[in-house]
Amino acid sequence: MQPLSNIDSLLHFSPEILLVIFATAVIILDLIVKNRESVAVAHLALVGCLCTLAAVLFIHFSFGKGEPVSLFLGMIQLDVFSTFFKVLLLLATAATILFSLRSEELDAKLKGEYYALLLVITLGMFLMASATNLLMIFIALETVSLTSYILAGFLTHNPRSSEAAFKYITYGAVASGTMLFGLSLLFGMAGTGDLTQIGGRLAELLASGEVSSLTLLIAITFVLAGIGYKIASVPFHMWSPDVYEGAPIPITAFLSVASKSAGFALFIRFFYTGFGSTGLMEAVDWPFMLAIVSALTMTVGNLAALPQQNVKRLLAYSSIAHGGYLLMGGVLLTSEGIGAILFYLVVYLFMNLGAFYVVVLVANEMGSETINGYRGLSSRAPLVAVAMMTFLFSLTGIPPFAGFFGKWILFTAVLEQGYYWLALVGLLNSVVSLYYYARIVKAMFLEDTSEETDRVSFSTGTFALLSVFVIPTVFIGFLNIFYTFSNISVSVIPMQ
Amino acid sequence: MTLQHYLVISAILFTLGIFAVLTRRNAISILMGIELILNSCNLNFAAFSRFMTPEDISGQIIAIFGIVLAAAEAAVFLAIILAIYREFGSIRPDEVDTLKG
Repeated sequence: MQPLSNIDSLLHFSPEILLVIFATAVIILDLIVKNRESVAVAHLALVGCLCTLAAVLFIHFSFGKGEPVSLFLGMIQLDVFSTFFKVLLLLATAATILFSLRSEELDAKLKGEYYALLLVITLGMFLMASATNLLMIFIALETVSLTSYILAGFLTHNPRSSEAAFKYITYGAVASGTMLFGLSLLFGMAGTGDLTQIGGRLAELLASGEVSSLTLLIAITFVLAGIGYKIASVPFHMWSPDVYEGAPIPITAFLSVASKSAGFALFIRFFYTGFGSTGLMEAVDWPFMLAIVSALTMTVGNLAALPQQNVKRLLAYSSIAHGGYLLMGGVLLTSEGIGAILFYLVVYLFMNLGAFYVVVLVANEMGSETINGYRGLSSRAPLVAVAMMTFLFSLTGIPPFAGFFGKWILFTAVLEQGYYWLALVGLLNSVVSLYYYARIVKAMFLEDTSEETDRVSFSTGTFALLSVFVIPTVFIGFLNIFYTFSNISVSVIPMQ
Repeated sequence: MTLQHYLVISAILFTLGIFAVLTRRNAISILMGIELILNSCNLNFAAFSRFMTPEDISGQIIAIFGIVLAAAEAAVFLAIILAIYREFGSIRPDEVDTLKG
């Protein structure tokens, strides 16, 4: 596969270029529109997402049906794997824009920057999903990180938001600095930044004894710090509850879904393309390291979620735990494992965004983010309560919701590879998670508020958007299309 | 000067940076620690490029990108420190602790 030159790459790069154009257009439109209540800026950003989606699909179907193409002299790779993640990320961005339109937290004065930054962060995530060069990996990661620091602290004059941004950037800067140090060691040992060549070079050098496995272990561990921080895995998860609690709710939803998906895309591409060869895995047993990290991540996430009163914080810990489940698929070194991760990410996108949308609605109407604010929701807004119950039971993994099928496929893949202890830990964790999800359901259906019992009415648009998440959460498991799509996407990831 | 000299210096810089981030009780000092970490990486890239692949300058280019990203990170960090100062009247991380649980 010959890398395309810079000029030839531009056509294949058009989705990213479109995102840049729309981000600029959003800022310019914001300068022109005088009316602060206008939603034109958000709608333009939404149109940008749809145009980019169209471009992504057009390029996928018009150029070789997703055959891998290496762009910009090997900096990024366009293939069905990156297309999968681009579609996923665009859905998450579009949903976040719609949430932001309905959220009452955001400052109307800063709308232009807000939506432009959302488009830019999507661009960074696109690059994360397709980077095949150490430099590109780092630039993509930093684009996403720097933008998300700003978005997390976007509520000016809200101390919690500023604090979230401060904690986020402190942890994030150290994690990405550590990762860059690891990348520099890898670059120095292999003498190239190209991810597709690094593995082979390192395996040769290890065999001839020019590179010690200890150095390689240090380098890989350092890189894992950066990736682990993006997917909020133990021990790099400390930022996530604070940031999720302090950030604006649409941004929390976005970070918990899109940032994690992009992190997993980078993780899969980095380890499977770069370090999937047997010689390297004998020197540095990273799948075993990851299995430990995965078990710890889900256990810590679930146990810490148990006593939480703030629903955003509870969902933050639940999101850490889901990162742990997803990591299980990454340790297996099989295409079934990676396919299970991809399918679970689709399911997770719908159920988690849906849950956060209900959090937005409740925060708007009841002005509360704690579990107490959900008391009696079933009598005040029955449809919203039922929707929330669907999302929460799906997150637990109760049949017949999509979360069950996602977990089923994931656990089957784990068991097939003989990781019985890991599957057992995952299973026990799913049981534990039922307790805290059910607490919210109990508050909604079984506890009554003494004060207000008025019914809350929502607009038709709200219900339409809610059903966009409820319907997939119920039916995705019965449809083959997403599962097939995720399995096709895996085909470009090299396996042993 | 051999490659080892550069690597030892960058390892010392990296350790000092991590140490500063962990021990300093002032947001600006933490930022300085982060800068040290990033600069140690840049030194690594430049040194590796010079000694391991003298005919290929891609390592030096990565170092230049690293400098740019470090500057961007410093800008965002300082803006956030300013926001923190406005809200809390202090830039000591241990006084910024309303979120916990």
